[in-house]
Amino acid sequence: MSIQIDQEKCIGCRGCEEACPGNLIEIKAGKASIRQIEDCWGCTACVKACRSQAISYYLGADIGGNGSLLYVKDTGTTLEWVIKKADGKTQSIIVQKEKSNDY
Amino acid sequence: MQIEKCSADVLIVGGGAAGCYAAFTLAKARPDCRIILVDKANIKRSGCLAAGVNALNAYITKGHTPADYAEYAQKDAAGIVRFDLLLSMSEGLNRVTKRLEELGLVILKDEQGEYVARGARNIKINGENIKAILAAETARYQNIRVLNHVNIIDYIKDSQRVAGAYGISVREDRFYAIAAKAVICATGGAAGLYRPNNPGFSRHKIWYSPFNTGAGYAMGLRAGAEMTTLEMRFIALRCKDTISPTGTLAQGVGAEQVNAAGEEYQYKYGNTTAQRVHATVAENLAGRGPCYLATKGIDDKAAASLFRAYLNMSPAQTLKWIESGQGPDKENVEIEGTEPYVVGGHTASGYWVDNNRQTTIPGLYAAGDVAGGCPQKYVTGALVEGEIAAEAAGAYIERSDLDGQLDETAASQKQQAVEKFLHNPPGLYTVQQLEEAMQKTMDEYAGGIAKQYRYSEKELVVAERKIKEVSQLTESLAAKDMYDLLKIFELQERLLVCRALIAHLAARKETRWPSFAANVDYPAKDDAWDKYVNSRLENGEFKMIFRDLVGRGERYEHSN
Repeated sequence: MSIQIDQEKCIGCRGCEEACPGNLIEIKAGKASIRQIEDCWGCTACVKACRSQAISYYLGADIGGNGSLLYVKDTGTTLEWVIKKADGKTQSIIVQKEKSNDY
Repeated sequence: MQIEKCSADVLIVGGGAAGCYAAFTLAKARPDCRIILVDKANIKRSGCLAAGVNALNAYITKGHTPADYAEYAQKDAAGIVRFDLLLSMSEGLNRVTKRLEELGLVILKDEQGEYVARGARNIKINGENIKAILAAETARYQNIRVLNHVNIIDYIKDSQRVAGAYGISVREDRFYAIAAKAVICATGGAAGLYRPNNPGFSRHKIWYSPFNTGAGYAMGLRAGAEMTTLEMRFIALRCKDTISPTGTLAQGVGAEQVNAAGEEYQYKYGNTTAQRVHATVAENLAGRGPCYLATKGIDDKAAASLFRAYLNMSPAQTLKWIESGQGPDKENVEIEGTEPYVVGGHTASGYWVDNNRQTTIPGLYAAGDVAGGCPQKYVTGALVEGEIAAEAAGAYIERSDLDGQLDETAASQKQQAVEKFLHNPPGLYTVQQLEEAMQKTMDEYAGGIAKQYRYSEKELVVAERKIKEVSQLTESLAAKDMYDLLKIFELQERLLVCRALIAHLAARKETRWPSFAANVDYPAKDDAWDKYVNSRLENGEFKMIFRDLVGRGERYEHSN
């Protein structure tokens, strides 16, 4: 369970550094990095805070991860979750912020 | 290291659900009250609710009363609860829920405008942004000063009373000495005591926040506060590997627990929270595992809805379903018990408090997962306790004659004790190594996953010795920066909570709750143990205190 930070996309805005409930992200030379990859809880607070979709979340191989990455775009009224699979295919799930869970 | 001295009327330690709610309740009721709210992260996403929450699980639904809720919780905990605390918590549940809705939480309503129940005691919401909502309300008040990224390490006492707290910045070379007339502790409970389900790469993919390290319990113990029922551990029954919630499947789509042969088994074991964990452990031990929630066959629409629901609280599960191509409609969801936690929002573990949520230390209040005697409070119950503690602390400071001055000598001594770790030369051991040693010990000798949660008196003696040894080793740990220093303090907090937990497990000579506290030397429930097991740290050792139960119609208040 952890995150991958795309150094090309990272704009060093510090949103993730501020959001992480574990103080796990630091900014080095203007780019975000995670202190210790195993310490991530998987809450995705940083993924949501990232304005440039530079942070993706993935499952460790020890818990069934198979190369897919998850990131999210906040459109204001929705959260659009994008799952990019290892074969390059993507799948989006749009969650309306104003809509309650059915369950 | 520079020192920053601050002063407040009320200091709130921890800006999670209970802490934020306490802060803005107090700020609104008393605009002249100067409040400092401290969190080791940023309150926007700190604490248990970082990812969101799946439902409001403590709500008085139509046709039920607060007393019904208290009775349910009492029964679920096999009687070891404070009925007075449960009742005052239950009476506030719907009030704080209304407030949450006013603040912007999305709650599902029917055509008549009534909240839609998910089960007997819970309602459906979109809880993805619940923490951001609480943080935004906190930010509205001029009389709340929020110190983000500051970690409180110990209380300041003035004679017997609490008089503030010491802390460190987790980013800058700075020591904090905060004088306060009253302190509300809302740090949350303790995770990371036991070896987790996935001890390797995904070691932090755990149920409770891995950043909740038992700070409140540890600071309270060091300050001489009385704790209750730490032995009633909490073990969550979760979706395997992702450690995601099962309630959404069980209550949402009515999925039953089944074993590998597809047989329902829960009815054989009883249906309390502890029995549900125990049932799954027992089925596995009997060779009838793996166990599952039987979701196979739900329709596409239900599966798609579950994908969204999990994204709102535990995205790992949705990712796993999509990545594997085996959604809940196609395959049953395997379940497992987590490692044990100490968490007073689910069980009765925590500070021994009166009805104002005042601890045994005058001026020190506790709310949320750190407060004992009141299980099944979940999010809304934590908010109610924040509210009760805020009102009581507000009244207390009006009576207080504390002058708000810091003892400069004591602050300087504490600062030097903290700086020691920055001067220690790197040694043989690291925080990570000692954390592993602690978790291994607890797993093997204090009833962890490896032992199917069971322990014996002899094992606990070994656990106590080993945890003491590891505790000694922490004194020579070296920190190269403030983040390292944070990790050292967190480890020390966990070790002290482990010691207290071991003392509590050893003291209750019965098995009151399967799995949660399964003592192989005393495998049955014994009515002679219809009492609270409490403790206080005195001269470095735990003094056990046994108190009579406070039942329905009774009320406990501190007598001295």
